[in-house]
Amino acid sequence: MADLLRLENVVKEYGALKAVDHVSFKVPESSIVGLLGPNGAGKTSLIRIITGITQADSGNVLLHEKDIYKIKDPSVGYMPEERGLYKKMKVGEQLIFLTRLRGLSKADAEKNVVFWMKKFQIESWWNKKVNELSKGMSQKIQFIATVSHNPKLIILDEPFSGLDPINTNLIKDEIIRLKEEGASILFSTHRMEQVEEMCEHIVLINKGRIVLNGEVNDVRNSYKENIFELTTSNNMPEEFFSEFDCNIKKERHYLIRLKQQQSTNDILSWLLHHEVNLISFNELLPTFNEIFIKTVNDTSHE
Amino acid sequence: MNKLGLIIAREYLTKVKNKNFIFTTLLTPLGFLIFFIVIGVIFSYEGSKTYRIALLDKSEMNIKFPDSTKKFSFIKTTEPIEQLKLKYKNGELDGILVLPKFAGVDVNAYTVYYHSDKAMDIEIESSLEKYLQDGVRNYKIQLMNLQSEQLDKLKTDIAIDPEPVSETEKDRSSYTGKIATMLGGIMGYVIFFIIFLYGASVMRSVADEKVSRIVEVIISSARPVELMLGKVIGVGLVGLTQIVIWLVLIPLIYFLGMSIAGIDTQQLQEVSQTMGQQAPVDTDELAQIIREVGAMNWWRISVLFVFYFVGGYFIYASMFAAIGAASGDDINDAQSLTIIVTIPILLAMYVMFQAIRLPDSSLAMFASLFPFFSPIVMPAMLAFDPPWWQIGLSLILLFAFSYFMIWVAARIYRTGILMYGKKASIKELGKWIWKG
Repeated sequence: MADLLRLENVVKEYGALKAVDHVSFKVPESSIVGLLGPNGAGKTSLIRIITGITQADSGNVLLHEKDIYKIKDPSVGYMPEERGLYKKMKVGEQLIFLTRLRGLSKADAEKNVVFWMKKFQIESWWNKKVNELSKGMSQKIQFIATVSHNPKLIILDEPFSGLDPINTNLIKDEIIRLKEEGASILFSTHRMEQVEEMCEHIVLINKGRIVLNGEVNDVRNSYKENIFELTTSNNMPEEFFSEFDCNIKKERHYLIRLKQQQSTNDILSWLLHHEVNLISFNELLPTFNEIFIKTVNDTSHE
Repeated sequence: MNKLGLIIAREYLTKVKNKNFIFTTLLTPLGFLIFFIVIGVIFSYEGSKTYRIALLDKSEMNIKFPDSTKKFSFIKTTEPIEQLKLKYKNGELDGILVLPKFAGVDVNAYTVYYHSDKAMDIEIESSLEKYLQDGVRNYKIQLMNLQSEQLDKLKTDIAIDPEPVSETEKDRSSYTGKIATMLGGIMGYVIFFIIFLYGASVMRSVADEKVSRIVEVIISSARPVELMLGKVIGVGLVGLTQIVIWLVLIPLIYFLGMSIAGIDTQQLQEVSQTMGQQAPVDTDELAQIIREVGAMNWWRISVLFVFYFVGGYFIYASMFAAIGAASGDDINDAQSLTIIVTIPILLAMYVMFQAIRLPDSSLAMFASLFPFFSPIVMPAMLAFDPPWWQIGLSLILLFAFSYFMIWVAARIYRTGILMYGKKASIKELGKWIWKG
């Protein structure tokens, strides 16, 4: 698939601090990419460069092979972590203003804003001022402001922070739908279960540098430790423990780490042979939470 | 519409449609009217009390006091002072004025005594002084065998009529200077006020956008300098709108108020006639003033006024915008930084007053060219007809400098609006300008 966005050796320094240190990655067309990293890792600095708000000291940020800082491409939609709307402006007016600012005509802007407000069933808020809305409500407005001009690249900084589960799902579904319609989404988050659920690709940065970058499944496979979990209905014979590297998790519940040259079939045939009744058997994959913590800790102690 | 246009339109429309704007625009002229009426009432307030003052005249000057005015009733008496003091204590008198013997025509000081337990108010003191001064004067005239008509003849009115030396210069009257001073003062003051008021409004608006974080959304699609300029221009247009409304509204309210108060023009004329008797203005003089005002080059003055307003507004409003961008999450933080702007504006104001007093001085010359001062000083100088080269040079400097200030402010602005938290120090501002 063609690349929508490509970063090549991007560097940004604030005095002695290297906020972004030779970062390179790609966002393919029609994909969801998660940008992860602990607090202060340089996510916001990186996002500000990608959105063209600040200029990189060196390196390239290319959208459709063009320098993003120079073109201020209206096909980018950006929702900052620090949400912001004009508090005293009416919702409808405000959304139309922001949409037109991204290059749409007045008529198109109005059409799109109405479409999105209907979709979220909030047409009745058209004449409300933002300071009359709850936090969750203004989050929805913020999301509409980000996508109402049909951007090709949508950048969301912590899109789910402060949302209740219902609204989280609503936004999540919209993100997936936008991706299916051809847009690419780059979002930063601390919530690892969302990464597992939504992203195809992740970029993990720490101290301004990329420490992990790849397909979600590849990353997970590269971190797996060949540990399997099994449950039985009768007790395990003693011989099993000398044959395999096995720990008892709780009664009739075991964790087995495969040794070199051992395969899962070896375990299963042994169990059959010794008449142990198997209830469940599955591979224990690392969660992204674990991968995140492990990678960050490893790279922080360098 | 391009982005700058959109930003200007938003800034303008939200401000103009705001209830606050509508209120202040409509109520300010009314408020001023009420304010002036109240001030008028306060100043015309004369205590209702009449002071009963006993006059114990031992001076033999036979000074004439009016029998009774609204403020005083004088009672001539020869009763001994102890008797009078008793009367005072009984509340029959408010004061006792004792005039001792007057030494003679060569004496230039005369002390009289006023007995009362209450402090004398300034108005009583000055009225009594006036009566006594006139009395002593008349007494001295008598002693010196002078005729009071002779004294009147000693007074001569002097008029200095300025005449041009070169034929190309037009003839001016002695009023030119006075009218120019008045007009200049008013124009300088108006520009000062507008710049200060709307500049501060730009600052608040920028700080608001920063605090509400909307700024990040906007500058992901518009350049920071577009956002800043849009704001400066938008607020400037709001200011102009307000002024135009006031120019229409103030005379309207004035005449409306007049008719409601039941004062018709007939009465107004009578009032001005009676006032005219108190301070006689020669009809010739009045005609001369009107001719003078009419002869001024109003086209030139108003067009240049607008130029100076625009230039000055851009300089100061962009400085205010930069300060707004440098302020922290608490808008009040910015207060300490506003000193960078307030000092030159206030200085300009004082220089302007001095410059219209001494329009030919080198101070006036320098101030009319120096871009921080010229927007306020030069409009005030226009009435004195400065030469064209001076106006031209001053305008070139002004616009070159406002371009420069917008550039400087934009550099502070684009860094400042993304720095959240604490307000920036002046040192940091300098760094933002040079490093960008």
